[in-house]
Amino acid sequence: MSPCFNGLVMVSGGMHIPLVLEGPSPKTISTIGGLHQMLGLHEYGYAAVPRDSIQCLPECSSTNKMGASFETPCGRSLIKPVEYIEMISSMRPNLWTTLADEVPAWVSDKRNKTSVDRTVKWLDECIAKSPVNVAGGAVFGSIVGGSTIEERQRCAQEVAVRNVSGYWIGGFGLGESMDERPPLLNTVTDKLPEGKATPYFWALDYQNLMNLLEKPDIYIILLKGRFIVVEEILQGVAAGVDLFDSVKDTTPIVEGCSCYTCKNHTKAYINHLLNVHEMLAQILLEIHNTHHYLGFFHSIREAIKEGKFEQFQKKFVQSRRDHLAASVTSV
Amino acid sequence: NFVMALSFEVLGRFNRARAAQLTLPHFVCQTPLFMPVGTQGTIKGLTTNQLEEIGCQIILGNTYHLALRPTSELIDELGGLHKFMNWPRALLTDSGGFQMVSLLHLADITEKGVTFQSPVDGKPMLLTPEESIQIQNRIGADIIMALDDVVKTTITGPRIEEAMYRTLRWIDRCIAAHKRPHEQNLFGIVQGGLDPVLRDICVRGLVDRNLPGYVYFPSMNSVHVQGQNVIGLNSIQPFRIYAIGGLAGGEDKDSFWRVVAQCTAALPEDKPRYVMGVGYPLDIVVCSALGADMYDCVYPTRTARFGTALVPEGVLKLKHKAMADDTRPIDPTCACMVCKNYTRAYIHCLVTKDAMGSQLLSYHNLYYMMQFSRNLHSSIIEGRFPEFVCDFLQKMFPKGDVPEWVCNAMEVAGIDISSCCAPCPSSQD
Ligand SMILES: [Zn+2]
Ligand SMILES: [Zn+2]
Repeated sequence: MSPCFNGLVMVSGGMHIPLVLEGPSPKTISTIGGLHQMLGLHEYGYAAVPRDSIQCLPECSSTNKMGASFETPCGRSLIKPVEYIEMISSMRPNLWTTLADEVPAWVSDKRNKTSVDRTVKWLDECIAKSPVNVAGGAVFGSIVGGSTIEERQRCAQEVAVRNVSGYWIGGFGLGESMDERPPLLNTVTDKLPEGKATPYFWALDYQNLMNLLEKPDIYIILLKGRFIVVEEILQGVAAGVDLFDSVKDTTPIVEGCSCYTCKNHTKAYINHLLNVHEMLAQILLEIHNTHHYLGFFHSIREAIKEGKFEQFQKKFVQSRRDHLAASVTSV
Repeated sequence: NFVMALSFEVLGRFNRARAAQLTLPHFVCQTPLFMPVGTQGTIKGLTTNQLEEIGCQIILGNTYHLALRPTSELIDELGGLHKFMNWPRALLTDSGGFQMVSLLHLADITEKGVTFQSPVDGKPMLLTPEESIQIQNRIGADIIMALDDVVKTTITGPRIEEAMYRTLRWIDRCIAAHKRPHEQNLFGIVQGGLDPVLRDICVRGLVDRNLPGYVYFPSMNSVHVQGQNVIGLNSIQPFRIYAIGGLAGGEDKDSFWRVVAQCTAALPEDKPRYVMGVGYPLDIVVCSALGADMYDCVYPTRTARFGTALVPEGVLKLKHKAMADDTRPIDPTCACMVCKNYTRAYIHCLVTKDAMGSQLLSYHNLYYMMQFSRNLHSSIIEGRFPEFVCDFLQKMFPKGDVPEWVCNAMEVAGIDISSCCAPCPSSQD
């Protein structure tokens, strides 16, 4: 839940907060004045979701009818809808998603069905219990259903008739194959009313993202930028640029990039920081990668607005192929 | 018509304390000043932009670490450390000797230099005074340090004397090897352990060597010094060790300030005096009162890693349970970015599990040290240094229990601190 240091990182867009990680108590956050105050980033939008894809994963075997369970660095933790709403109320995010029972692809049909029932029930409870004036932010209804078309459909239909501002499509990244995702996603979006925002939430690389974006009317307003970023940092890669090869390279990560990192530092320096395990390596990469992803989404939005998304996608996939080919031949 | 790598102008004094302007190739610094330690060309996840914002004037790099990775040859090839890390202000590198003796068990010191086992391939390697200077010439810092014969403080007897004389012999070799005197200032190091006689011989030896190097500017109270002969002062290991372990004992502190007092009294008035490895605000106040100008220490950033913030009252432990619900800033009187934006409660939850906790604390702690240095400087200039010292001691020792060694040092420094000391039966006046 690191926010960006000194406003350097986020140039626009939203931010994602996993809720279950041990942090200040809801009461303390409320006293501080909510997330915007606590993180000192007043001008940014915050989206609150109960999980993320690295440090706070849904743990379906411990989830029960009382609430959803998550595996976190501080141990397993069960959150009931009422507690969840208390957290939301104290944080005052700009938008938040309802509590979901997310299950992996391999669970039985029965368990998958239960997860849809619970998610819909918790959605009603969350809405009923949320003090409108306190939470304030827009509510996004969670949609699950695992890898079953029928359950996905059922869940989407149920949620679509509720009074929510948007939809959060969950239950991905839990063991389903990559090929399964587009039809499942299409099933869901087909059932949802037009004109409402639908974040799809899972750590994607570019390639996967583009494969999923077959339907350009899916509004991706939020994608977990930070964690993609982190995964790549761990591999010493900055948005596709391999830094472990750049001992003497005095160019920036991306020539012409306007981020703080590229305006101020060379690949050689970042390479050194990575080699000696200095914290600044991650900070600089996070700045660049976040900047890069926000720019990427900006381009997607522009392409959709201008009705040129298909060209954008083709061009993008081609450039990724060229990049891959280039890196193969250079080895 | 030679280029000068350094000028030092005393702007104000209070007895032995001085406030000065130190002009280095990359920055005009105000002293007394604190130099944060950026061992590997970076400081605790802070960007160079932030370090400027904090007010850092000189950053210290460790020659030993930089020579290992990314290597001084590479730094040289890429245009020097300033360019490599994109730091526009001043830099200082140490000689590398201290790291070898303290980090490597197998270091062996002979007249040639320091022999040590390479941490890369385990082969024996030799660092000579010449090589230390060559490496530092390649790194390109504004201030470089002469290789000294470092002796563990636990050692007594003739070895101390040997080390002192060897340090003097080595400084001649360093001076001879120094290839960039117009761009880099070589600081000599006073050795001699805790023995006042040896310290005195060493100081005089360095002062003698210094003679050909400097030129008086008669119109001002300033002296311009040609690069290679500036004197520094090193009260070395005990204080580094204190900084790391926080193990300062009363009698050790007493020898500490006495050595500083002796050296500052004997060193030329017109040269900067650098006390290596000192970083506790209290120690800095004492050394400044005795006439020292420059300090470096890992303390502010290291203590941040363990969740400790520096505040006027001493320290604040952010890991403490009481911080979990505390919605105040770290220090309500601090104007730093962290204190303006974050609460103790938020930092409390970060320090236990996220690197950002120590990063925020490092930011605050360095800001605290810089603000503290600025206040030292201006209080001396404005003739209210004793008030500054008393105010500082009052906040740190509200009960008036100022340690006796501080009282003793202040007496020698001619600073009246009676207003903030409780009457103490053991103190003799
Ligand atoms: Zn960039
Ligand atoms: Zn502060």
